[in-house]
Amino acid sequence: MSETAEQRPKVADPPSGGPAQRGDALALLKRSGGVLVRQRETTIFVVAVLLLIYFTTKSSAFLSESNITNLLSGFAAPIIIIAIGEVLLLICGEIDLSVGFVFLFAPFLMHYLIDFYGVPVIPAILISLFLGVVVGWVNGFLTVTVGVPSFITTLGTGYILYGLTLTTSNAYPANVPTAAESIGKYFASQTGGYAWSAVIWAVILVAIFHVVLTRTRWGLHTVAVGGNLLGAREAGISVARIKYGSFMICGLMGAIVGLQTAFYDNTIDPSAGGFNAMFLSVTAAVIGGTAMLGGSGTIIGGFLGAIVLATLQDGLSITGVSANPYFIFLGGAILIAMIANVQLARRRAAGRG
Amino acid sequence: MTTEPAAAAGSPDGDVLRVEHVSKRFGAVTALTDVNLRLAKGEVLALLGDNGAGKSTLLKILCGFQPPDSGRIVLNGEEVTLKSVDHARELGIDAVYQDLALINQLSVYHNMYLNREKVRWPLLNNRAMRREAKKHLDAMGVNIPSIDVQVARLSGGQRQAIAVARSVYSDAKILLLDEPLAAMGVKEAAMILDLVRDLRDQGEVSVIIIAHNYGQVLEVCDRVNLLQQGQITFDKKSSETSVVELTDLVVAEYRAALEARHRSA
Repeated sequence: MSETAEQRPKVADPPSGGPAQRGDALALLKRSGGVLVRQRETTIFVVAVLLLIYFTTKSSAFLSESNITNLLSGFAAPIIIIAIGEVLLLICGEIDLSVGFVFLFAPFLMHYLIDFYGVPVIPAILISLFLGVVVGWVNGFLTVTVGVPSFITTLGTGYILYGLTLTTSNAYPANVPTAAESIGKYFASQTGGYAWSAVIWAVILVAIFHVVLTRTRWGLHTVAVGGNLLGAREAGISVARIKYGSFMICGLMGAIVGLQTAFYDNTIDPSAGGFNAMFLSVTAAVIGGTAMLGGSGTIIGGFLGAIVLATLQDGLSITGVSANPYFIFLGGAILIAMIANVQLARRRAAGRG
Repeated sequence: MTTEPAAAAGSPDGDVLRVEHVSKRFGAVTALTDVNLRLAKGEVLALLGDNGAGKSTLLKILCGFQPPDSGRIVLNGEEVTLKSVDHARELGIDAVYQDLALINQLSVYHNMYLNREKVRWPLLNNRAMRREAKKHLDAMGVNIPSIDVQVARLSGGQRQAIAVARSVYSDAKILLLDEPLAAMGVKEAAMILDLVRDLRDQGEVSVIIIAHNYGQVLEVCDRVNLLQQGQITFDKKSSETSVVELTDLVVAEYRAALEARHRSA
């Protein structure tokens, strides 16, 4: 149906050149379609645009600055930043289930250091960020050196961090140390000009790691390790270094998001982060086109996936959908995006012949 | 140093590589027993043998993947201990494996430069890699649709050719080809054999072809060694042997194995 509609103007051209021209136009359409199909991020980009259009028409408040900053800094930034780490890990064939608990523990650590141990603010923040790197190293050690699958390794370290947080905090929320507030707004804030802080960080990190993944040796080797572990090793690539590094980057991302969320909410919440934050990021990565079996994926795809999830969260709440059916929409959106991805991958494979 | 190419090889007898009295055991299994092997500069040597005869073990020792239990490896007249695959590669010994060590998800030129990428710090110098890889593949007569294509989209022969080209390009002086024609069609195999023939004519690179099917490799190699139950049992110039003679040897081994089975049954 749509095909004939697209052809009609071409048929109106000089009749002699009809069939050939029609062939050209079709070929052009096919080719441009092919370019879109080949871009792994296309599906998710289209889904994101459709959702944005839908909610814009549904609610006049959707495009207000306060809502956009809330969508981007409140909902999207945490998913985006952790998704960077998960994309790198998934590409090299691993996963980190503990990152949501690094997210949880990092701001508590900052609070303990400043308020209980009198550590100055900047070292306390740096130590809290470094916690993520250390957890990443431990995950790397247990996975790569000891040989426990990362799914189990990070489940274990995640639960340990969860227990540590609950034990040390008695499961009570804590206030953000007042000394840290002035620096904190550069991480994230809901007020005034600083409402963009979190998403600006997210975009900067996306830009950096997109370049790292696509234009540096590290990125190339990450793909190589996930694409053909044995082959990468035979080529002399240090597989351990890549995997340790990816775990450490992912942990660092978790710690960044943990501090951001504390500053954004202006409280340190023992129910923040956790598996939910982690799964949203893994979902963002996967619906953005990252293969769960390793070897391929993009940071931009993870970014777009996070935008989709955040738009759903924010859009449903602003259009007055209650929190209860939210997960039905979330689940449905994930499945639709993934089905589209799988279908496109099939078409890509068929196009190879 | 001298105009004589043979002398330039380093070793007085012109051998670039000698394996002397090498043995290797894996627990109770003896993989190699007192193996002696030599390779002259520019020579193509076929290392034939049944599955389990020890070909892969020997290959892994030569490329630095694992050390021998005893014996010496002499490179250009000097005894060497190959500490790792990287170390062997630095010394000019490079293996092209059956599984090819290519990364399906990466482009041809990224595969050509895997782990020795051209870098304009901190970024990859893709333009230079693409240009050089193309020039090199063209010079070797390797035909591929595009230098940018993912290697997943190439045929088995094209992939093998790229793997060989990658090793040669990385200044390998001794190339170990592990079953280069396995699961390959006639045309594809011809492309690889042509590649080996070109290398032999150029005389700079010495090649050991490890093969199961000797019919195809016999025509491109200078000499044939047969590995049977961990020992070299046969060493002749390929002009002095034939497919028939090799077949007889292999069939004899097969018969002996059958008889041994029947006796024990």
